[in-house]
Amino acid sequence: MITGLTAAELAAKLKSKEVSAVEAAEAHLDRIDEVDADYGAFLTTCRDQALADAEAAQKLLDAGEDKPLTGVPFALKDNICTEGIETTCASKILEGWKPPYNASVVENLKSQGMVLLGKTNLDEFAMGASTETSAYKTTRCPWDPDCSPGGSSGGSAVAASAEMAPIAYGSDTGGSVRQPAALCGVVGFKPTYGRISRYGLVAFSSSLDQIGPLTRSVEDTALAFQAAAGHCRLDSTSLPDAAYNPGDLKSGSLKGLKVAVPQELMGDDISEGVRESVEIALDRLKREGAIITSVSLPSLPLGVTTYYIIAPAEASSNLGRFDGIRFGPRIEKGDHNESTAATRGQLFGHEVKLRIMVGTYALSAGYYDAYYKRAQQVRGLMADEMSKVMREHDVVISPTSPVASFRLGEFAKDQMALKTLDLCTIPANMGGFPSISLPCGNAGDMPVGMLLTGPIMGDERLLSTAYAAEQAMGFSGRRPPIL
Amino acid sequence: MSISLDEVKHTAQLARLELDEAELKAFQLELNALLGHFEDIQAIDTTGLVPKPHAVELTNVWSEDQVEQGLSREEALEGAFKTRAGLFIVPTVIEESH
Repeated sequence: MITGLTAAELAAKLKSKEVSAVEAAEAHLDRIDEVDADYGAFLTTCRDQALADAEAAQKLLDAGEDKPLTGVPFALKDNICTEGIETTCASKILEGWKPPYNASVVENLKSQGMVLLGKTNLDEFAMGASTETSAYKTTRCPWDPDCSPGGSSGGSAVAASAEMAPIAYGSDTGGSVRQPAALCGVVGFKPTYGRISRYGLVAFSSSLDQIGPLTRSVEDTALAFQAAAGHCRLDSTSLPDAAYNPGDLKSGSLKGLKVAVPQELMGDDISEGVRESVEIALDRLKREGAIITSVSLPSLPLGVTTYYIIAPAEASSNLGRFDGIRFGPRIEKGDHNESTAATRGQLFGHEVKLRIMVGTYALSAGYYDAYYKRAQQVRGLMADEMSKVMREHDVVISPTSPVASFRLGEFAKDQMALKTLDLCTIPANMGGFPSISLPCGNAGDMPVGMLLTGPIMGDERLLSTAYAAEQAMGFSGRRPPIL
Repeated sequence: MSISLDEVKHTAQLARLELDEAELKAFQLELNALLGHFEDIQAIDTTGLVPKPHAVELTNVWSEDQVEQGLSREEALEGAFKTRAGLFIVPTVIEESH
């Protein structure tokens, strides 16, 4: 089955002409048609465009194109702009909007002949950890359809997990790539802030947002990262040395690897099943020669508060552009201000409005110092504590998510509890660090993710460490039993 | 710290969000729950801590000052709710005085 292949395997078959790019695209589009009614991963599929792109990719392959992923299909979170293809951010306020340009990341992927299959579901404007705040549909975890796939890149996680795409890109502001990857049993990577251009990623929290891939193996993650990364002059936060440096991914070793495990992320906030699973995985790494040390980073428990001040503050400013004038629908009512307020009040969903309210309040006169400034100070402290530990260790490891799974609707009455699920993933966004979630075991029948975080620009080294850990643990690429 | 219903209304006005009474009350409850959670950073001593606004600091990001082709007027307007004669049409901003 073509759809069961990893991106690396598929790329090899495309190059050897065993499979054509059109066959690869068709196989994945057919699979989406066949199974996505059960999972709700996609908001839009673009069959005609995909088949045309696949034909063009085949010409490149026939001409001996040697870029790694030519002809390989991918899915894209629906908050990344695609020219002429609806981009909704899973919000009614962008219903029907077709961007007049491609995000830089899309240009990068298309320029090497990768084929866009469709746009995936997310929490509205990427605000959530369950994909339940989407204005359009419910997305289900392939490991248990009564459970959430996590979020906000839930659609992309399910697309990769249920073999509807070998590679799916998401965005990660506080864990939105890594947490759904953990809950769906796939690999999810948030690169160093600034390595993948944010131009054309609809901004949520600009100082934290970073695009990253979800795949079924670390090797595919490295390939997907390589295709997407690179300096972009349209994003002033893009790093000068953003391009991937292809070293030897498979040369990483666990022997003598210095691993720091923050005790703050292995305590009572972590469910027993997840903690046990991560402890077993750490033991496995230890048997391979890793040196595991428990460390203390006292600021980490403040991460959730810090995040829920900084991200909404930035969002309240970024989402100011949705006023019914330049894009999307408008509710016409009275004068300009009334029209704007009606459009925003009626077309934004509850969670988005809540975060705009929090951000507006935290930035308003009299509260700035107590909330926003203080949160930025704690952010600096957290990044410093992390950097210090990373000077003395090669990698920081923790669980990715405090829980392995939760049922759809489980947090309907306790949104604060849902927000605390970002505890382990937030620190990497605060400091801009590269961070990857790997399947490391099970809690009951559900997959558990282990989070590896490294220093700024340490992406290549982190990926090679993750590859070695993946080989030692052997949990990547397991199929959900339902498939 | 807790937030009154009037403050919720004022914040909604600043944010240009039309909310009905039920929503205002719901947001008051949720905002107070969040503000309660935010107490943990009120308790720490921030003396000497430098605020960090960016994940990775870059300074003086310049680009060449050259003329380039941007979106055409048609492309820029094609997603708009209402346009006329190549312009965005917006509801009345300033009323004529009588």
